[in-house]
Amino acid sequence: MRLIDPLARAIRRYWRVKRVDLALTLTGAIIVAWIIAMAALAPVVAPYDPYVSVDDVLLPPSREHLMGTDNLGRDVFSRILYGSRTVMAVVLASTMLSMGVGTLVGLVSGYFGGLVDRVLSLVMDSIYAFPGLILAIAVAAMLGPGVSNTVVSISIVYIPTYFRMIRGQVLSVKSQLYVEAATALGAPHKVIMLKYILPNVIPVLPVVFSMNVADAVLTEAGLSFLGLGVPAPTPDWGFDLRNGQRNLLAGYWWGSTFPGFMIVLLAVGFSLLGEGLNELISPERR
Amino acid sequence: MVSLRVYILTRVLLTIPMVFILLSLVFFVMRILPGDPVIAIVGMKASPEHIERLRHELGLDKPLWRQYIDYIAMIMRGDLGRSMIWGKRPVSTEIWDRFPATLELTICAFTVSVLIGLVTGVFASTKPGTKADVGLRLFSIVAYSLFIPLLGMLLQFTLGVKLKLLPVAGRKSPLVQIDRITGLYLLDSLLTLNLVGFVDALRYLLLPSITLGVVLSGVYTRLVRSSMLEVLREDFIRALRARGIPEGQILLRHALKNAFIPVLTMMGLQFSLLLAGAILTETTFSWPGMGTFLLERIEYRDYTTVQGTIVFYALLVAMVSLIVDIIYAYIDPRIRY
Repeated sequence: MRLIDPLARAIRRYWRVKRVDLALTLTGAIIVAWIIAMAALAPVVAPYDPYVSVDDVLLPPSREHLMGTDNLGRDVFSRILYGSRTVMAVVLASTMLSMGVGTLVGLVSGYFGGLVDRVLSLVMDSIYAFPGLILAIAVAAMLGPGVSNTVVSISIVYIPTYFRMIRGQVLSVKSQLYVEAATALGAPHKVIMLKYILPNVIPVLPVVFSMNVADAVLTEAGLSFLGLGVPAPTPDWGFDLRNGQRNLLAGYWWGSTFPGFMIVLLAVGFSLLGEGLNELISPERR
Repeated sequence: MVSLRVYILTRVLLTIPMVFILLSLVFFVMRILPGDPVIAIVGMKASPEHIERLRHELGLDKPLWRQYIDYIAMIMRGDLGRSMIWGKRPVSTEIWDRFPATLELTICAFTVSVLIGLVTGVFASTKPGTKADVGLRLFSIVAYSLFIPLLGMLLQFTLGVKLKLLPVAGRKSPLVQIDRITGLYLLDSLLTLNLVGFVDALRYLLLPSITLGVVLSGVYTRLVRSSMLEVLREDFIRALRARGIPEGQILLRHALKNAFIPVLTMMGLQFSLLLAGAILTETTFSWPGMGTFLLERIEYRDYTTVQGTIVFYALLVAMVSLIVDIIYAYIDPRIRY
């Protein structure tokens, strides 16, 4: 009894302080997991081919078409299912790309310091200050349509965030004794960076990732809403939302609201997950 | 006062490299990234002579460093280039036509977001840890994730199409005349005592600015809440309470004033969110501002205008962050080290 008491009390206190964060994290995780499952199971679950007309145009939601059909007679529900694949693939690929580039540049910049660091920091700060979506629009407009071009346009927006975080971490790790020891022993720069510093800065990556990914979802949706994302027949929530707008104003609400809600749901899911995890891991922020 | 002047001078000087880097970034995106602008304009099937002529006209046949110097020199002269179509109109003239619409929208949206942020943030800070607090925290997360076009369309559909309360697209009714002074319709109609114009412009402005304002308000809710909580813990608040000053007065008159400083610093960063959000809002509501202008010209492959518009955005962002920092220095003496 005596031994268990403090433990029980600690758990109860933890629960009292953290239950909101736990609930947020869990809700976010469920939403994200659900949409990932949607993406994975799309070919199995989808009742129709999302690319072709399967029925009359603009049919309201019914038993045959759970979310109705769009202006070309395509099944909205099937397009939503397949659209989750597009958004997930583009968002994950672009975050991975910005993570890779940002980490590499941040590592080099923080490690070598001096003029290189000054210039790189200034460049990254300038990119950071520039409105993200407008930067993505400019790059996407220049690169032209295509999935990989969309990925690149989105990834450029988030490189500075990774850069800043990694650079800051490198600066603090660099002065640690074991790094100085490695330097004193004459280890080459490459070895010190990759073997001694990188493993110690990697833990911040999931934190940055969780903060960025919701934003990247909105940027992806924004780009494709503006017609600068993944090219046309591919099912994509942002594009479908835009596609349904004209008909929405004529009263056909299902073509655009369903994709729109999915975008918001995914962004909320990622935000809840990121926010909840951050609070659980670093309590001093509240 | 000397230190303030020194601070402002340093801040202005620091803006120069930032502007330079932003301009170089635009140059990089426009010239060095793969994708040939000339081919993009005329298409693959154009004759080689045509392509060569256009390349020469745009100065793209010169070496890259020369192009860069010409480009920087042009912007230094205050010239943003000329449209490749539309009879070679200067880009700055076109921006002058379109920018007021965006400015009006962003100012109104900004007001909406700060108002919502203040009310919810102050309210949450008075009840930390309660259900209301958690609810507002959820609100701030969801608000930020509300995809602007979706919120816009829902408002268009309910208030515009179903209830027919407000117009869903454009900036004013075609029949209403508003004389242009500043290009801000609300201000212009007031200056010319045009009540009909004012009401009309306001009706058109409501849905877009609510849409953009609500989405950006979440950040303020959170910021006002945390900075209010911090201020409320300070000694001078306890002293005020001890003197028996009513709680409402403490909150609104003393605490809020101090809590507002961090909110102000956020405004610089918020401005770029506001500009980005304005593009989506304008597209949703067919608002004739900078965002729809940029997309229109991207669609027409008016390469020089696109470049000029992006440069304008870059200069705007640099200028606003400078102004916000200077205002900040005036308000908070601690910054003038």
